[in-house]
Parts: sequence; structure tokens; C-alpha cells
Amino acid sequence: MPWDEGLVNSLVYDAPDRSEGRVLGYAGAIREALDLALAADPGVFVLGQGVDDPGSMFGTTKGLHEKFGRDRVFDTPLSEEGMMGACAGAAMNGMRPVYMHNRPDFILLAMNQLVTHASKFHFMDNGQTTVPMVVWAAIGRGWGSGAQHSQAIQGILLGVPGIKIVMPSTPFDAKGLMLAAIADNNPVLIFEHRWLMRKDGIVPEGAYTVQIGKGIHRRRGQDLTIVGASHAIELALTAANKVAAEGIEADVIDLRTIKPLDVEIIGESVKRTGRLLVVDTGWSMGGVCAEIGCLAAERWLEHLKAPVRRIGLPDIPTPAGFTLEQFYYPNVERMSAVIRGLVREQSAVSVP
Amino acid sequence: MIRYMYAGEGLDGFVRRGSSYPREFHSKLFRDMLRIRLIEEEIERRYHEDQMKTPIHLVIGQEATSVGCCAALTNDDLLYSSHRTHGNYLAKGGNLQSMLCEMFCRANGCVGSRGGSMHLIDKRVGMAGTSAIVAGAIPIATGAALAAKLKRAAHATVVFFGEAATEEGACSESLNFAALKQLPLVFFCENNFYSVQSPLWTRQPSRSLRKWAEGFGLPAVEVDGMNVLAVYEASRDAVERARNGGGPTFIEAVCYRYRGHGGSGDDTRTGYRAQDERDAWDSLDPLSLHFQYLRGAGLLSDVDREEMRSEIMTEVLEAFDFASASPNPVEGDLYSHVYAE
Repeated sequence: MPWDEGLVNSLVYDAPDRSEGRVLGYAGAIREALDLALAADPGVFVLGQGVDDPGSMFGTTKGLHEKFGRDRVFDTPLSEEGMMGACAGAAMNGMRPVYMHNRPDFILLAMNQLVTHASKFHFMDNGQTTVPMVVWAAIGRGWGSGAQHSQAIQGILLGVPGIKIVMPSTPFDAKGLMLAAIADNNPVLIFEHRWLMRKDGIVPEGAYTVQIGKGIHRRRGQDLTIVGASHAIELALTAANKVAAEGIEADVIDLRTIKPLDVEIIGESVKRTGRLLVVDTGWSMGGVCAEIGCLAAERWLEHLKAPVRRIGLPDIPTPAGFTLEQFYYPNVERMSAVIRGLVREQSAVSVP
Repeated sequence: MIRYMYAGEGLDGFVRRGSSYPREFHSKLFRDMLRIRLIEEEIERRYHEDQMKTPIHLVIGQEATSVGCCAALTNDDLLYSSHRTHGNYLAKGGNLQSMLCEMFCRANGCVGSRGGSMHLIDKRVGMAGTSAIVAGAIPIATGAALAAKLKRAAHATVVFFGEAATEEGACSESLNFAALKQLPLVFFCENNFYSVQSPLWTRQPSRSLRKWAEGFGLPAVEVDGMNVLAVYEASRDAVERARNGGGPTFIEAVCYRYRGHGGSGDDTRTGYRAQDERDAWDSLDPLSLHFQYLRGAGLLSDVDREEMRSEIMTEVLEAFDFASASPNPVEGDLYSHVYAE
């Protein structure tokens, strides 16, 4: 079994209700988005190591090179910085590249071109150029992915002006956000999660977009606000549904996009519930959890009935071994415990 | 000790090539070089006044590379460049007033006071982008050439960089990819032997950059970067190859930086390069050599040169006046173009 296929295939998600529409798998939804974009716009091309190999990037690019030709869907040299720059250069000259990586860890090799070049050209040349490009990667977890194949680097990039960061959690969003990202005139990073790749969902046929920068309620409640994206919000939603049996009703917000951040949807909820739990697939320190926690302190302090809690990763590299992984990663049980604790907690903040 | 000796043909290199070109062509090349030199000298003369609050990287001594290469380009061809942009921008046809307004941090600078001297960009004339990271523009230009190939466009793309850029991985990655995809791209490497104050011998083993580049599977040539005609011919051949589907070319133009890495003045006295080496290159000034040839061939007289100089200086002084009288940006300008619509 190659890499973590066995693990990912063994994950169980609730089956979608087929009466609500067509059911499609997560990877298939992304593939459909790429297929539609390639067909609609001759400027779109897809590149990345292995996009035309039998694994085809978890199936997201399967067969596209046969349908659209190897000029438009092509394997690349292992030159992450060079290729990232080439994407920026092509984007600056009328193309819309979609650069796919198995793991975000590889994007770290290309930080110079992403952070110092692609994100800044539009500003630096006073709007003469736009850089419409998509950079896609799937965050790994488990089965020995270890310190160098599991990094969720969105927190590192959150502070970089000029880029957008998208983190879908459903097949519907994966397709709609991919199409929105390709249509966007800025560099857009899409961080998927490996564990969502076999999740099924209702996915309409044809082209549609999900708005970048807008979150969505996955669950309504009044006792606390849970906010996050991608696999972290998937876990949190499972935990929230579990504690509902105990009478705790959580307001669960899937951000869909962490940059630009939908501050409004978070604020409306926090002001209502007075309790905030932020979840993320990345490190808590200095990342998405930290940023949203800080926002709460800056803007909604007088509404808080308890201190903000965050569930991300500890300030530790990912261990590769199975047992240590269980201690390292959040799971539904741990999230449920934090939710119970948060709802019981009284305010540590004295409000006049 | 002269570590980096000139290995070109000197005046003979002009004599051997010169008769192939009409007077107008020669005269334009010489005038373009003289114009860049005079602009650079005026910038240098006024730099201490602290009105140009921008790091400058003067191209004095390296005028022949920009002018020779751009003589082989049309307005549609794209040029990407590094931090040393003045020569590239002017030779590609960038507007002088917009350049100086940018240097003076004015709202009407070529990039609205967001770039300064290192980011002189004017897409209308194909001055398409620059990077202040040494090899930064090379992958970008590679992508521009990829776009041209995918769109079956007729233009060529040229990227200028210094020899130190060959030490960054992005340069190797770009050479490999450009050769792999046969992109319509010219890698123009100005080898002036120094990166800031680090001499080549501390950074690379003794070897030919041309041969190093050939190892990536693309044609490479070494040219006398002090000879504008030699640069023109190598660029013309490379650009023709790119336009005709022949793929990329690597040009190593051997030249010399007469000033320090940044700011005004020559910093040789600080000791990173020998004074006798610096002096030896003085006699190879790309303007003097070309003029010596032109005068000898009866194509340009001292009087002609003085007329050119006076015409150019009128233009330059007017442009400086225009820049210093131009408006500063307002706070609201800061917030535009962070994201594209």
C-alpha cells in the first residue's frame, strides 16, 4: 500500500443524503473543477510533480493530461523555487497556472518566489501586473508522515500581504473554491487535508464558485463559538455534534478561507455566545489560532465570558511514530473535553 | 595585483566588426550609452543632497551590455532585470522623467513610489519586472517565456543578472527548465567579478561560466561586455534563435563595475579589489573605446559628441527639475494594489 492510502481509505465519514443531489468524492470534486477550468480558459495550465502519473495527485488530476495535452498538464522538475517563479512569470503574462504539490512541506522550498515575488509584484509595480496563480497542496497526517511530510504551514504565510489562503473542508467547497481561486487575479494558496480526500459530498455538476473570504455556519448554537477550517473544523463539528447530546449547543463556523479572514462572521457569533474555541490543523503558536484569539481580545473582549481556547498543534515537530502521533494530534475526544471545559468556565475577565 | 584581467580584443574588436554597420546605427548605440552615463553621473552628483531617498546601483562602466542587448530587441520583447536596473530601463525605452520621479519618491514615479531605483518597471516598453533578490527575476522571466511559448507569441524574453546569480539555485533550476521546454529566452549574465564586495574567487571555483551554462543543455557564448557591438551581435543571434523556436541561450558578458556596489563613488580604496586592477579597466571604458573607433573611422567627431552631450544634458536637467517639482504620494496611495480586483 503506497504511503498512507490504507489509512485514508479507512476513515469513516457520514454518507451524504443522495436525495439532495449528485454525490462525488473530494478528489473527484477537485478534478472536476480543474477539468472545467482547463476547458473554459486556454490560459489555465496545471503543473506539479506527478500530476500525470498513475497516482495523479490523489486522483485530483487523473487523466487531465490525456484530455488537454502535456503542454497544459505537465510533470515538473523538482525545482520548487524555479517552478514557483515560472508560475508567477506566466501569470504576469496572461496565464493562470495551477501548481500542485503533494505536501505543503515542498512549498517551503519556494518561499522566496512565493513570499518575496509573486505576492508583491502587483503592489510593487503599482498595479501594472496581476499574478493570477493557484498553489495547491494537501497537508499530511499520520502513518509516519513525520516532521517533514505533515507540516501545515498556513500560519507561517498568514502574515504575508498580497496572498489569499483557502482551506476547504467539503467536496462542494473544494470544487467551488478551486474554481474561485483560478478565477481570482491574485496568488491563491489552497491547503487541502489528506484525510479529507476520500470524503464524499453533494457536488453540483457544472461550474460554480464559492466566495473567497467568506465563512459559513456548519452548525448553529448559543453556548460557544467554534471557528476554524479544513480538517480541524471537520473534527470540531464531529465533537460539537457529540456534546450536543449533553446539552451543549455550539455555533460552528467553517472559515473556508483564512486570508482574507471573515472577521464579521466570527464577531457576530462571539458576541452572541461569549465563548470562543479556535481550531486549526497547524501550530497554535503564531498561527491561525493565535491571530483569531488576538482578534477576540482586540474587538470582543467585553463579550467574552471565558478565556479564548485554541486547539492546534503543540510547539513541537511532528513525530513519525504511531504512538507519539496519537499524543501529538487533536482528536474528537480531546476537542470534546475542551468544549465541555470552556462552557463550564466562568469569565476570567472582570467586566465593569 | 590584477586578479581579473580584461581578455577582450579592445579597439581591434570594434575595427573587426564596425564596418558592417551604418553610421546611424553606430551613432544611436553611442548616444544611448552616453545618455545612460550622463544620467548616472547626474544622479551620482546629486545623491548626497538626499532628495533621492532610494538605494542606487549605478551602471557606470556597464553601459554596453544594456545598450548592445536592447539594440537587438523590439518594444514587444520583454526584459526582466535585477537590482541594477538603470541601464536596462533606459536602454529598453523607459521614460526618463518617470524614472527620476521614482528616484525622488514622487507619486508620478514609474511605479508610484513603490519601487525606487531597484524596481524601475514600465510594461508599455517591455520593461516587465525586476527583483532585488539576486536570482529572483530569472524564474519569473522563465515563466514569461513559458507563457509566450504556450500562447505561441512571437516575442523573445531577456533576463539580466549578475554572475553571482548563478550561485543561487533558482538560476540553475531556470536554466534546466528553459532548456527542457526550449523556451524563447535569453539568459544575459553580466560577469563583473564582484558581488557587493565579494570577489568571484571567494564564491566560485575557477571555471568558465559559459561551460557551466552549457552543461544545462543550451547554447552559451562569452562576449566582451565592454564592446557594444559584440554584445549586440551575441544578443541578436540569441534573440533570433528564441524567436525561431531554437530555444534559450546563455550569454556571459564580461564587464567591469566602475563604482561600488551601491551608492555613489568608487569604493576600491576599501581594499576588496586592487587599485591597479580598477585602473587597468579604465582604459577599456565602453564609451571611450567605441568613440575611439568611430572617430578613427570618420563616423563621429569630437564636435558631434559635444553636440550629443549638450542635447542630452538639456533633457536630463529638465527631467531632474520635473522630478523634484513633482508631487509626493498621499496616505491613501498606500492602500491601493495590495490585491488585484
